[in-house]
Amino acid sequence: MKKYNVKTGISYPKIGAMGKTGTWRIFKPILDKNKCIKCLRCWVFCPESAIKRRNDSVEIDYDYCKGCGVCANVCPVKAIVMAKEER
Amino acid sequence: MKVVIDTGNYIAARAAMMAKPKVVAAYPITPQTTIVEGIAKYVENDELDAEYICVESEHSAMSACIGAAATGVRTFTATSSHGLLLMHEMLHWAALARLPIVMCNVNRAIGPGWNIWCDENDSIAQRDTGWLQFYCSSNQEVFDTVIQAYKIVENEKVLLPAMINLGGFILSHTSLPVRIPEQKEVDEFLPPYEPKWRLDVNHPITHGNIIFPDDYYKIRYNMQLAQDNSRKIIKEVAREWREKFGTYHGDLVEEYRCDDAELVILAMGAIGAEAKVAVDKIRKNGLKVGLLRIRAFRPFPEEEIIGMAKKCNKLLVIDRNISVGNEGALAGETRACLKDRVEDANVYGFIAGLGGKDVTYIDIEKMCKMVIDGKAGRVEWYGLG
Amino acid sequence: MAIKDFPIEEYVLPGNAACPGCPSTMGLRTVLKALGKKTILTIPACCTAVIQSWYPYTSFNVPTLNIAFEAAASAASGIAAALKKLGEEDINVVVWAGDGGTYDIGLQALSGAIERQTNFLYICYNNQIYSNTGIQRSGATPYAAWTTTTVKGKKEFRKDIGEIIIAHHVPYAATACVSYPEDLYNKVKKTMGIRGPKYIEILAPCPPGWRFSMDKTVEMGKLAVETGAWILYEYENGKLSFNGISKSIAEGKYKPKPVEDWLKLQGRFSHLFKPEKDIVRINAIKDHIRDTWEHYKKLASL
Ligand SMILES: Cc1ncc(C[n+]2csc(CCOP(=O)(O)OP(=O)(O)O)c2C)c(N)n1
Ligand code: SF4
Ligand code: SF4
Ligand code: SF4
Repeated sequence: MKKYNVKTGISYPKIGAMGKTGTWRIFKPILDKNKCIKCLRCWVFCPESAIKRRNDSVEIDYDYCKGCGVCANVCPVKAIVMAKEER
Repeated sequence: MKVVIDTGNYIAARAAMMAKPKVVAAYPITPQTTIVEGIAKYVENDELDAEYICVESEHSAMSACIGAAATGVRTFTATSSHGLLLMHEMLHWAALARLPIVMCNVNRAIGPGWNIWCDENDSIAQRDTGWLQFYCSSNQEVFDTVIQAYKIVENEKVLLPAMINLGGFILSHTSLPVRIPEQKEVDEFLPPYEPKWRLDVNHPITHGNIIFPDDYYKIRYNMQLAQDNSRKIIKEVAREWREKFGTYHGDLVEEYRCDDAELVILAMGAIGAEAKVAVDKIRKNGLKVGLLRIRAFRPFPEEEIIGMAKKCNKLLVIDRNISVGNEGALAGETRACLKDRVEDANVYGFIAGLGGKDVTYIDIEKMCKMVIDGKAGRVEWYGLG
Repeated sequence: MAIKDFPIEEYVLPGNAACPGCPSTMGLRTVLKALGKKTILTIPACCTAVIQSWYPYTSFNVPTLNIAFEAAASAASGIAAALKKLGEEDINVVVWAGDGGTYDIGLQALSGAIERQTNFLYICYNNQIYSNTGIQRSGATPYAAWTTTTVKGKKEFRKDIGEIIIAHHVPYAATACVSYPEDLYNKVKKTMGIRGPKYIEILAPCPPGWRFSMDKTVEMGKLAVETGAWILYEYENGKLSFNGISKSIAEGKYKPKPVEDWLKLQGRFSHLFKPEKDIVRINAIKDHIRDTWEHYKKLASL
């Protein structure tokens, strides 16, 4: 990454710039891969880019998932359900 | 090298053209208008290879310059009075972003009532924005300072924007002879612009997102360092210019017949030129008067003023501006920098020429006489009538 | 473009400062997938200035210039001019601004930038409020909506910015909604082939601002379109056409849902239903929707 020496408000891209935002979660999305029809709706709507896509499969990145529940709501086959976060 | 006789505004436009900015964004306002007309013509005639953005306001002029400078090109703009005031927010932005934008400001009074004549309250109101501020007293100085300014502010030790002030309807519309170097020589003096940070799709950065107090504080401190650094650079660049082109107007200040002076006048802008005439006249009558013409108001020429006050403890400061509720800005800052450093300094502040009221060498002679005769108070409103 | 063909690259990185369920990041993700890496963003004061996270880090992986609240469109003019001189005109210059920065304080700069044919894409994500400063009314806030500066409900109808933009004779203008990412993606893609000023406005239902639960962002946008409260259209080469469900509504093939279905789910309209139903204001909303539709249908038939 190219760094600049100028002392002004220059910020550099970083995953987790705000830290592990997964700690904000109260409810946790649980994905049932057997139910999933790989429509990718959860991936495209996740406001957090916390759903990782590999080819047409999806996986939730719990480090950053804020637990909003959007993915569960948009899933056409209810392959994602929200459960209380246990810590 | 050739000699051109032209107005301060056209000379400013010519200097800007020869500095080869890639983007110019400006909005017309009397008495700056002929600068932007001049540049627009250079662009139309392919004498200047730049994008000329006809913005819809001065706020947008400065915003566009910021966008362009952040994308990595040299920029120029010009304004005056209300236009400069409308830019205020973006002046801070440009300086905090450390973008070396160069701008001419034609000093003009602020309304109401509408007054288009010379007055420095427009630029003085911007003194805390972080911009370097130069005040010129001849068209030659306008030309030289515009090009010098790019070299100063693009230095990585500075990286702050600069404002070159010239008096409305005094320099702006007065034709005077100016020595213009060849483009090749200017190019040698001022190399192509190398941005020190930029918006680059291959190296994505974000500029200006949320920043917390500790880091913000450091950024402010670094702006101060940059202003401090610029003192040395201004001197070096003025010297280099003199060696290369032969003209010289001083650096942060210009000293005129100060060596044995018993009274020194401090003045800025076109009043500085009048003050020289006054000095010569008074000296003919055997009174030892000198002039310390303030070229750079930011960075403030503290050392130079202190040095002068140590040699001559009577300072007559003329301000074509007023910080209402206090006094003229130059007088106030002069007093502040001398306090506790030069015990016996006497500073006589004169407010003069607001709203374009004439200040001639005769007026300046009269001010000197008031001081010499012990008739001047701490702050005098000269010529109230 | 089908969702499965959307690029995998993420330019809005996880671990950012957006609220859970945020429509701004939701929309921006899709927009940046369409635009790709050769994009420079400029963002005025708004929620998205915060969403980027804190210095010295950023959650945005394209070059981003933050700029003063009213200055985004003029900064974009400067960026576009510089890119032209640098011979980098293949880079997309994009403003991402809130409705406050677009309808209100930034309107002059936007109008100027369009009039002088700046080659850029201006995107307004319209959450119908000033969110950044804690939910105050904007020129985009709908009639009767609660905000902290319209505590009994806004008394005026929202400004029709679309028509203001169209009056500038832009080569391309469109509305979109975060709930329809394919439509949004296609519209953004389309702008990339057009020179000059392009404008897209994205309806962005904001959970804290509209007072609905954070998992309902997508439903809230869909209901706005299905009730006809938000119209999806494109304006291109002087022609206006409806898209998606709005097209079916215009053609009479889809009967819009009652607007109450949308209003009821939002806390900002709760005073229209409690303690009793405020028929007068609900009818005023319905009339406004009907009039807006009639007007846009006329525009589409021109
Ligand atoms: C000149 C100026 N006035 C006021 C503000 C304070 N301010 C910052 S963001 C904002 C509201 C932004 O609203 P909008 O554009 O709708 O974006 P949102 O916050 O909803 O995302 C206000 C009023 C400011 N930054 N600058
Ligand atoms: S709960 Fe929200 S943040 Fe978490 S994966 Fe689902 S949509 Fe993304
Ligand atoms: S929305 Fe549901 S079905 Fe579609 S990819 Fe996600 S989990 Fe699978
Ligand atoms: S207030 Fe609304 S728009 Fe702003 S960050 Fe939160 S959810 Fe997003």
